[in-house]
Amino acid sequence: MSTETDTTDFEFDESAVRRKRRLGKAFLGLCVAATMVGIVALVALLVDVIVEAWGWLTWEFLTYPPSQVVEHYNPANYGDLPTGPGGMYPMIVGSIYLIVMTAVFTLVLGVGAAIYLEEYAPDNTLTRFIEANITNLAGVPSIVYGLLGLAVFVRALQTGQSLIAGALTLTLLILPIVIVSSQESLRAVPDSMRQASYGAGATKWQTIRNVVLPEAIPGIMTGIILALSRAIGETAPILMVGAATTMFAPPQLTDPTGPFGAMPMQIFEWAKLPEDEFQHVAAAGIVVLLTILLLMNAVAIYIRNRYDPRS
Amino acid sequence: MSTDTEPLDLSRDGNDVGTLGDTVARYVFFACAFVTVATTLAIIVVLVDGAVDFFSQVSFVEYFTGTNWSPRAADNPSFGVLPLIWGTLLITVGSALIAIPVGTLTAIYLSEYASPRVRKVVKPTLEILAGIPTIVYGFFALSFITPVLQTFFPGTGTFNAASGAIVVGIMILPMVSSLAEDAMSSVPDSLRNAAYGLGATKFEVSTNVVLPASLSGILAAYILAISRAIGETMAVTLAAGALPQITTNPLEEIQTMTAYMVEIGTGDASVGSIGYQSLFAIGLTLFVMTFLMNVFSMWVRSRYREEYQ
Repeated sequence: MSTETDTTDFEFDESAVRRKRRLGKAFLGLCVAATMVGIVALVALLVDVIVEAWGWLTWEFLTYPPSQVVEHYNPANYGDLPTGPGGMYPMIVGSIYLIVMTAVFTLVLGVGAAIYLEEYAPDNTLTRFIEANITNLAGVPSIVYGLLGLAVFVRALQTGQSLIAGALTLTLLILPIVIVSSQESLRAVPDSMRQASYGAGATKWQTIRNVVLPEAIPGIMTGIILALSRAIGETAPILMVGAATTMFAPPQLTDPTGPFGAMPMQIFEWAKLPEDEFQHVAAAGIVVLLTILLLMNAVAIYIRNRYDPRS
Repeated sequence: MSTDTEPLDLSRDGNDVGTLGDTVARYVFFACAFVTVATTLAIIVVLVDGAVDFFSQVSFVEYFTGTNWSPRAADNPSFGVLPLIWGTLLITVGSALIAIPVGTLTAIYLSEYASPRVRKVVKPTLEILAGIPTIVYGFFALSFITPVLQTFFPGTGTFNAASGAIVVGIMILPMVSSLAEDAMSSVPDSLRNAAYGLGATKFEVSTNVVLPASLSGILAAYILAISRAIGETMAVTLAAGALPQITTNPLEEIQTMTAYMVEIGTGDASVGSIGYQSLFAIGLTLFVMTFLMNVFSMWVRSRYREEYQ
């Protein structure tokens, strides 16, 4: 008889447990809903752009210079135009040249700086200052880099509103990202490989050139391509440097001090215009820009998967 | 006799066997690293130099306390920066109100609830948002968000602060969710298991154990995201407009500091004009604000960091 009371001694408040379960479920629901916000926003953005661009993105759009007249962009009018359709050919070429030049500059500067910081730099105050400074530079708004390019390259160094000024400005903008990602790639090279090289009598420079760099280069390339894909979409810096809009001829790689146009700048011009039709033209430009971005990211991922021994 | 040869130093790493090529390489690489320091110095010199010219014509008092920004009024130009700072503040606060709660809940879901398979798909998907150029967000605001706002609030203007704040909120969302998720994932499982052992539910573990334990990383993520919102340019220029005014109505047109810089930048203000100089005064104000936020973020991370082995 008395043993029965012993087993019921443990009071089990079932309603409290139920309440906790409900609370847990509600919280999980909230978290899932929050996660969906980001995904829905991404889908809405892509669908919006594609729907607006539908029917306006043609081969002519890719191969003809822009036009002031909105009717020139409409494929329905292509047949009876005196001047030829409107497009963004000079801006596509301009953006590609801009990125090629930026790639050359960042490859040299970014990898050089990363090699210094990872392989040579002593652990002292100067090194720590340089690293803290790089972290801070990564957080400087891109339009401030535009002001820097305007004052230093365009005005002080007299490059004018040119391709080279745009490329140098974009280089400084993405340099912090490239340095940090290159440092990570260099750090991932095992020390035993360096020691083996020293053991065979190699000097530091020989070791870096023949052992460390070949091992780290896929990772470095992935980081650089990802940084360049950020640079190609940047508008504010090249706007301050003075990227031209409505350029009828593409810039010349042989004349880097000439004027240049670029895709994001042209998209900005189109998006600002009040006519509804120009919204479709801007959307078509965005699809071209996003496609190039997608290709660059695909190349970066391919290089990583193909050469990275860790994946 | 043969024993007094010096023992070989096997610890050296080749640094001291300097051929000429090695020395040159070392200096070349140092020069590359020094470019970053030179960049910071150049930014400061350029901004201060331009701002000095500006403040030789406009008093500090007028700039920092004036409530009227009309630099191009022909007869009586006025240079009170407060309307521009107010515009930036509206966008920043509005976007933080969206990105911080949504981003934190997303991070909790990804770190605590989602299966590895779901996380492997969802996390990179959200990071696509971070890779989309800001000009595209500006277009999205104009062609989608503003029309949606206009159907709910008929008084909404073509350019309005709310649309800008929403689109910047979406833009900085992956920054909050990704960095906060990294911080939460680095909390060791032993802490979670200890709480489960005491009878805690998953909700209690997430909110009472993981969240406080990763607070420094989460706060640092918030600050970085806010700093990004302050400096955001193209999306707010397209979405929020070019009318500097102090208003509490988010459905009205405003102008941020960055949008003003774009307005002058596209207008090709001539060197030496007050418009050109005001670029650098605004730029310096912007740089100081984001610099303080970035330093604050680094400080929070190191000051409140919990070290786990």
